[in-house]
This record gives sequence, C-alpha cells and structure tokens, in this order.
Amino acid sequence: RRDVHNATRVPFGVMIPVRVSHNQSIGPGVVPAGVDPAYDAQYANHKGPVAHVGANGFGRPFSVAPGPITHTQTPYVTGTTVLGMKYKDGVMIACDTLGSYGSTKRYKNLQRMRVVNAKTIIGFTGELSDFDYIMTLLDELNTNDYCEDDGKELSPKEIYSYLCRVMYNRRNKFDPLWNSLVVAGLMKDGTQFLGTVGMIGQHYTDSHLAAGFGNHMARPLFREKHTDDMSEPEARALMEDALRACVMRDKSMMNKFQIAKVEFGKAPTVSEPFAVATSWDYEKFKNPSEFAPGTW
Amino acid sequence: DRHAGMAGTGLAPDARQIVSRARSECAQYLSFYGDRIPAQILADRMAHYMHLFTLYWSVRPFGASSLMAVKDEHDGYALYLLEPSGECQRYHGAAIGKGRQAAKNEIEKLDLGNLSAAEAVRHVARIVYATHDEKDKEFECELSWICDASGGEFKRVPKHVVDEAVEAAKAALESDDEMDA
Repeated sequence: RRDVHNATRVPFGVMIPVRVSHNQSIGPGVVPAGVDPAYDAQYANHKGPVAHVGANGFGRPFSVAPGPITHTQTPYVTGTTVLGMKYKDGVMIACDTLGSYGSTKRYKNLQRMRVVNAKTIIGFTGELSDFDYIMTLLDELNTNDYCEDDGKELSPKEIYSYLCRVMYNRRNKFDPLWNSLVVAGLMKDGTQFLGTVGMIGQHYTDSHLAAGFGNHMARPLFREKHTDDMSEPEARALMEDALRACVMRDKSMMNKFQIAKVEFGKAPTVSEPFAVATSWDYEKFKNPSEFAPGTW
Repeated sequence: DRHAGMAGTGLAPDARQIVSRARSECAQYLSFYGDRIPAQILADRMAHYMHLFTLYWSVRPFGASSLMAVKDEHDGYALYLLEPSGECQRYHGAAIGKGRQAAKNEIEKLDLGNLSAAEAVRHVARIVYATHDEKDKEFECELSWICDASGGEFKRVPKHVVDEAVEAAKAALESDDEMDA
C-alpha cells in the first residue's frame, strides 16, 4: 500500500520529482495527482526536472547567448605562482618556468611572463591556453595603438583595468579564463604600477604582490622586508629569498626561475632562467620522527 | 596591421573609411586564421568593398583613391592602387591625386627594380615637390615606407631621412627654377 502522504503515483523504476505547490490555496506541500488538472498537464510528458527556461525558449537562466553553454572549465596546463614587487628603479616580477599537467611536471621551459609593450610586463598562473588568449587580446590592443601612429601606447593601469573587465565578464558568463595575472609596469607620471587580476575579476594593486601559492609563502617575507626604495640588488636578493621559500614548500614548482623587470628609462627585459640554492639537509626534514616517537 | 599601410587622396573621410575597413579586414583575418593577411587577399577584399558601393543606388561610391603598401611572405613588398570604381591593380610605381599624370611620368623615368628604399624616398620627395602645383603654398610632405630598414613594418620614414630628402627636393626645385630663368 503506498504512502498516503505522497499520493503521486510513482511508476516502478522511474523517478518523477516530488511536485511542490506554491499555491496559497493549497499551501506548501505536495500536489497530489488529479487535484489540479492544469498542473498535471505541465508534467504530462515530463521526463525530468523542468529547467527554468529563458525568454528565448531554450538555454539556461541568465544566459547571455542562447544555445550551448560552456561550463566552468578545468585547467589543464597550469603555472604556479608569480611574485611581483616594486623597487626604487622600477618593478620586477618573478616566476618559475614550469607548466604542470595536473600533478605531472610536464613542460619545463614555459615562459610564464611576457612583455606587453614598452612599459608593461605581465605574468600568469593557471591555464596556459587561457593566457595565450589573453595575450591575443593584448596584441590586438597593441596593433590598434600601432595603427593610430600617435606615439602613445597603453599604460600598465589601462591594461590592468581592461583585463579586470575581461575576467569579470567571463566569470559572469560562467566561463572564466582560468588565470591569475600580475600586471607590472611604469606609469607616465614616473611611478611604478603593480596589480593583480584573478579569474573571478578580483583585483587590487600593491607594492608587492603574488598570485597563487606565493600569496601564502612569499608575501609574509615581503611584508617583513620590502620597502619601496630598495635598490635593484636588494630587491633581487629579496625576490630570490621568496622564490626559495616558494620552491621548497610548493610541490608543483621547480627550481628554474625567470625575473622580468621594467626600469625607468629602459626597455622591459626577461632574464635568462636561473636556479636558487636550496638546502634539503635540515635535521628535522631528514629525520622528522626523531622528536615524535611513534610517527613515521 | 603592422605589415600593411595606406595613403589616400580625395575626400578625407572617405579615405579614412577605407583605412578603417582595411584595419577590420586585417584584424578579422588574424583572429580567424592566426596569421597576417596576405597582400593579394587584402587587396581583393578592399576591391570588393569599394566595388560594393557602385552596385546599389542607396549608397554613393567612395570619393577617394588609395595606395596600399603590403609586405607578405609570397609577394614580398607589394603596391596596390585602389580606385572608387573597385579597380584594384598591383603596380611597381603609381600616383594618385591632383598631379598624378606628371608624377606618373616622373616615376616611369626611374629604374624601379634597382632602387634602394633610401634612394626611392629621395626620388619620391623630389617628385612630390616638382609636381606640386601651387608653388607659393606651403605644404608638408609626409613619407612612410615599408622595407627591410623598417623591419618589414609600415612606419613613418625616420625624421633625418625625411629632412634630407626634402632638402634635396627643395634644392632640386630651386636649381630647376634657376635653369628656367
């Protein structure tokens, strides 16, 4: 004998969702079959949950364009962290040259920083193909500037604002570009610019930044030791310190880094890859259970 | 795009519209095929575009001709002449605008096959000054080129080269005047 409370007849082997009522006369609860023919008619040929269709008759709610919806992606080839800091003569960013394929360290020669124009550099974490797409967009902007032929090009802040809008709008369409970007460069009024944009459009600027794991590993070091008027060797030493901290803690990072910098009066440069000295013979690392008997 | 450039004559807004369309064509080709648009294809598309305006009574033909300089892998450097009728022809040397007959005659005297870009700039400046009609009106000579020296990109000729060429052109003009007198 079926449960009287749920009077909808459920054919054996087919799941029909319980039909709730928002009708004030009936009140919240299940609408039994036969009570409201109009209601029943909606579900006559029903095969599954009724999606709330948009005005165009198909697609999902709030869809910008009708038709197939691209879902939130999973990233494939990813880069880990990018660190950035301002110093007296300019601004520098650093990252490793690894492109991971899941947990496999697959592409070891990836340049994760690019020069955008004579005053701006950009680094990325996250999906490589999405960053290639972002570079395509930035190339289009550069070509437009070139064709205008008035000697002006986009400032780092303009590029940063543009990328904020791009990332946020993609996130609104539920199709984000899976990147965290660090935009660095020099403004025309003689100041440095350093900003980050995330994949959901979150953005901020600061004197020192990191995207990805570096936020947890490197930024505390920066907060302690960074000053805006560091000289280039000091800044580089601090950067290498931070990179060492990152590579020794982050499992998806490798000990091969590049540093890109933009200095006042000079063109942006991306350095040759280099390694930092790492030390793996800490006592507690070699013998972690020495002071904790019973662990392995 | 960087590998193509244009100079127009006639109604300036019409010339600007042609340039704008060419830029769109380049951008669209790049975003679709991932490569810079070849010279022939760009010329073809521009010719079709200009011809379009001669087909329908609701629009008027462009009041501007233009010279298009393109570099691509197959043809190297190419010069195309676009006319409001939709004609598009590749030339070794061409002239458009007011003094074009005289200019064309001057160009035909040149041995274009053996001219370097720098020499060509000097000849072009000389021809422009020689064929310019109102001799008392000051005008500015703008030169741009696309050649190996510019890295295969359409750029303004560097200032010192322009100044040199214009000086030589003015000197040639004065010496002509002296000879006539």
